[in-house]
Parts: sequence; structure tokens; C-alpha cells
Amino acid sequence: MPDPRDRADETGGHPQTDLWRPVPEPGGVPFELAGMGAAVLDPPEDEGASPAEAPDPRPPADPPQPIVRIASGQGFWGDWQEAPKLQVRSGAIDYLMLDYLAEITMSIMQKQRERSPDSGYASDFVGLMAGLAPDLLARGVRVLSNAGGVNPGGCRAALAQALSGASLPRRPRVAVVLGDDLMDRLDALLDAGHELRHMETGEPLSAVRDRVASANAYLGAEPIVRALRQDADIVITGRSTDTALTYAPMMHEFGWGPDSWDLLAAGVVAGHINECGCQASGGNTLVDWRRIDLTIPGYPIIEAKPDGTFVVTKHPGLGGRVTWATVTEQLVYEMGDPAEYITPDVIADFSTIRLQDQSNDRVRVSGVKGRPRTDKLKVSIAYRAGYKAVGTLTYAWPDAYDKAERADEILRGRLRYLELEFDEIRTEFIGAGACHGPLAGPPPDDLPEVTLRVGVRAADQNAVAAFTREIAPLILAGPPTVTGFAGGRPRVQDVMAYWPALIDRGVVERDVSVETAEL
Amino acid sequence: MRVQLREIAFARSGDKGDTANVGLIAFRPSIYPVLVQEVTAERVKQHFEGICEGAVERFELPNLRALNFLLHQSLGGGGTVSLMLDAQGKTFATALLRMEIDVPDELLEGREGESRAGRKGVE
Repeated sequence: MPDPRDRADETGGHPQTDLWRPVPEPGGVPFELAGMGAAVLDPPEDEGASPAEAPDPRPPADPPQPIVRIASGQGFWGDWQEAPKLQVRSGAIDYLMLDYLAEITMSIMQKQRERSPDSGYASDFVGLMAGLAPDLLARGVRVLSNAGGVNPGGCRAALAQALSGASLPRRPRVAVVLGDDLMDRLDALLDAGHELRHMETGEPLSAVRDRVASANAYLGAEPIVRALRQDADIVITGRSTDTALTYAPMMHEFGWGPDSWDLLAAGVVAGHINECGCQASGGNTLVDWRRIDLTIPGYPIIEAKPDGTFVVTKHPGLGGRVTWATVTEQLVYEMGDPAEYITPDVIADFSTIRLQDQSNDRVRVSGVKGRPRTDKLKVSIAYRAGYKAVGTLTYAWPDAYDKAERADEILRGRLRYLELEFDEIRTEFIGAGACHGPLAGPPPDDLPEVTLRVGVRAADQNAVAAFTREIAPLILAGPPTVTGFAGGRPRVQDVMAYWPALIDRGVVERDVSVETAEL
Repeated sequence: MRVQLREIAFARSGDKGDTANVGLIAFRPSIYPVLVQEVTAERVKQHFEGICEGAVERFELPNLRALNFLLHQSLGGGGTVSLMLDAQGKTFATALLRMEIDVPDELLEGREGESRAGRKGVE
């Protein structure tokens, strides 16, 4: 007897797989496999949904509201370069969101700028924009990106240079948002009593002050909205929250005020869905990865409405998939307390989200509630925490695991012989339980090959360098049938540790500026 | 009947510093209450013994039929500090799906396609 809770509900069934077919409601429309021209039963408790009638794959008829389409183009620096081009060229969109900043990216960019004052931004962005500019301007698509890193002005200058000979319908207007970078003000702030304590340990920043490599406040949507009001075609920020890149256009288009908490919270949810690129449109999904073509994927597109409801979708002609499952996976990704998703603009409550799978790669999101924002901004600080290196060697059948283990013993013996000291040495056996550790159970006896992976971390760069010289010798002076050394000596890497802190927002906001110029 | 979580749920994991977060999502609404009852923070902590050094917190999301687990101190320091292969915790999702729980037989009816999908989707 099918469980009554499993009647067709907001998920619209399970589009990719031949799953359960709920018993139709009396008088209701028989439910079929979603995604194949099927009827969609709207759950009775869902507001705004029309009653189920003849099979109609289109979304329920709401009173007409303007729709703004905000496409996700990049989820991180290093993401697929073709995705944003496909977003612009495969259908109508209004805004393109490009996220380039992970937590420690700013410290890498600071180092670049120390060596070369014109650098310190995501260089890929310049090339991408130069190539896309004619299409962007012809189609009226505006771009929002945090590619500016620690030098938004330098990024714009490079873009101006790249476009100087280009023939364009008109000159683009490019805005830079400044004021997130606290490096130059750090000592003044500390002296003024802003301790920037570590959000988890409570330690004051002074403990590592001499090792700080970057310090940036997470700005919210307000400066981006300002840039859009200044008619910017391209907005380049430094550190802003990834989600703000998606919901700032909503605020701008729909006139959402800074205290419209529920609307802003809906925007944050849309931004969280958009911010990791393909992860919401079929990438990294367990349901059902075998039946999704990710070769030429369509990244997510948010179809936003003024009432805060929105649809997550993608261009129909591209690969990937948008379902309640792919969207839910992304909603829980990198999530702390879901009822308290804190941003500079609002605290969003993810436990109020309602999803409705409308099939055909459309998922409607509604019901989101928010609470007033805090009086603090989060500050992302990176500080030097030593050096590390990782070496790998691959051992083949037979006895692959035993050989790899013996190699590890020999390696550690030689490190001891050299009296090298490390904060940590870590050994993993790829192919024999590196990902799931003890949960993988004992490795089988006849593995075709195993990769030994050894990493070390130390405050002393020389110790780490000495370790890197101990990998290659194992090829001839170690266990047999070894390969996988063609990559050469591992490189010594800087370890940048992350120090999250809070600061009074007024201290930062008074120095935020937005400046739009025609290139 | 005793089943692996992957027969009745799917998951996605990520990182927040040295904490791995694992979202566990029921395939069907009727399974969600069983997850709430059986997949407790304590059991998840036991399941991840040797991997998770800190506390495990659990948050409920009935609106998404999901549970969110935070596994503190499970990423070797996290970020670039960590020496782990999976310093971002992206494989923790399926590590959780290995866990076994008891599910009333009647809730497992008609799920052959689901568990096939789950199995094929995970392997």
C-alpha cells in the first residue's frame, strides 16, 4: 500500500529514474514520469498554483509579472571557460554572474600585486569579457563579477586595454566597487580596538598579525545595486558575497528595499543555488549522474520575479539537468545552520524554502522568509601558516598495497635519518581507501595498482624542500613496479590559513565607493 | 529491514573550514521521519570514527526532507592547511550513505527502481 505521504508532491516525482508512481488522487490527473510531457500535480498547499487540469507542461499561470533572468557563468576561478559563452549565446538572459573568489584566493592575488602593482585580479575574466563583449552589448546582457580581487581598478584597466581596438555597438560602461580591502587599514583598525577575533577560537588577530597576507570584508549587494543604477554594463567587485552577485540585479530591477527581509532572503537562496555553477544543474549530483549528459552543460539560470518567487532552469538546448534533486543537493551544500544563513544584507531561513519541480528542467522556489541583518560584516583574512608539499608514486600488481606501504616506511625512515621535523606527515593510499578511510574497510588483495600519496607541512621551508627530494629516489631505491613519477619533483607550496572574523559594518561601509566609467 | 542509507537517500557534502557538512536527502517524503529517528548526530559521530575528531551537529530541514550534518574537525585543518586528498570533503556524502539503519518493510515497497538508481548513481 503506497504511503499517503508519497503522493505526488512538490518534487513532481523523480524525473530521471523509473521510480515510484504514486496512486492518483480521486478525481485527479494520473501522474506520469515527469520530464516526458507529463502532467504535474500541484500540491494543494502550494499557493499560487493552478488546479491540475489537462496535461500541461508549462508552469502554473500566475498573474503576469516581469521576469529577470540571471545566469550563472562561473562557480570558481578555474571553472569551464565555455559555460558563460554558452549562457550568453544559447538563449535570452538578462544578467551573467561570474564568481572567481574562493576563501584564500585574495591572498594569492595580494602576492601577485606585491610583485606587480597592475595585477591582483582574475586574469581569465579579462580575456572572457573581451571575447564576449560584442554579444553582451548586442543582447543587452549585464555582467556581475568579483573578478576584481584586490585590484578591481587594475582589472578594469586591463579590460579597457583588451577592448581598445575592438569594434563594438557602443562603448561599455564598467563599474568598480572598492572598499572591501582592509589590508592598508589593518593596523589602524587594530589600534582603534577592532580585535578581529577568530570566529571559532576567539583569538585576537594580533596573534598572527605579522603573517597576515590579505584582509577583505565581505560586502553585500548595496554597492552592486548602485553600480547598476549608474547603468554599468559590467560590474567588477573585490570581495563581495557570492550570493549578492545574483540578487543585486533583483533588488535593482524590482526595487526591493534594504529591509524587505523575505524578498532579500529569497534572493540569497537564488544566489546560493547559482553560486556553484553546474552543481545545481546536474553537476556533482548523485541523482542520477549516469543519465545526465554533462559534456556541454547548461549552467543554472534564475528566472526571478518581484514577489520573491523564482524558477531555477537552464537553456533547453544544453546538457545538464535541473530537478528538485539537483537543486536540493545544492541548497544543502556548504551549509551550516540552515535557519540562520547570515549574509551582509539579511539572515535567510532555508527551512522555509518550498520547492516545486515543474519538470522540463524547471524548479520553482517560493516561501522563503528572512530576518533582519546583523550589525557586523564578515572579514576574510588569510595568513601565512608554513609550507607543504605532496608527493605521489604508483605501485602495480601484484601486492600493490604492500609495496606502497613499504615505500611509505622507507620514506619516513629516510626523513628521520635526515632529522627533518614536520608539523604533520600524512600518508594515504589512493585506490585503497584514501577517500573514506576506515569506512572503506580493508583493501582487497589483488588491486591492479595503488597510488601512495604522502604530504608534509612545516614552518621550515627547507624541511619541506628536503622532503620533495626524497620522492624520486624511491623509484630505483625502493619497492618494485613503481610508476607515476613523470610529473617531476613535487613543488613546495605556501600554506595560507583562513581567519574568519567580524567587524562593525559602519567602519567598512563608510569607505565603500562605486565608480562607473565608459571604456 | 536493515538497509544502507544509499538505498533510501542521496547526499551532497562540502566544507566550511575544518568542518565537513553533509546534507542527507530522502528519496521519498515517507522516508524522512525514519531518517530523523535513526540517523542521529551520535550515530553519525560513531560512523565517522577516525575521520571526525570534533562534535557532530544535526539540523532538520523537513521542507526539503533533508538533514544537514556538521562534522567538526574532520578535514585535517581544512583549506590549504590540510594534507588530505579530500580536503574539501566532497566524498563525505557517499561515506555517510554507507551507514546502515533499520527501516520498516512497508516503507521499502516498490522501491526497486529507486534503489537501482541509487546503486547505479553511487557506483
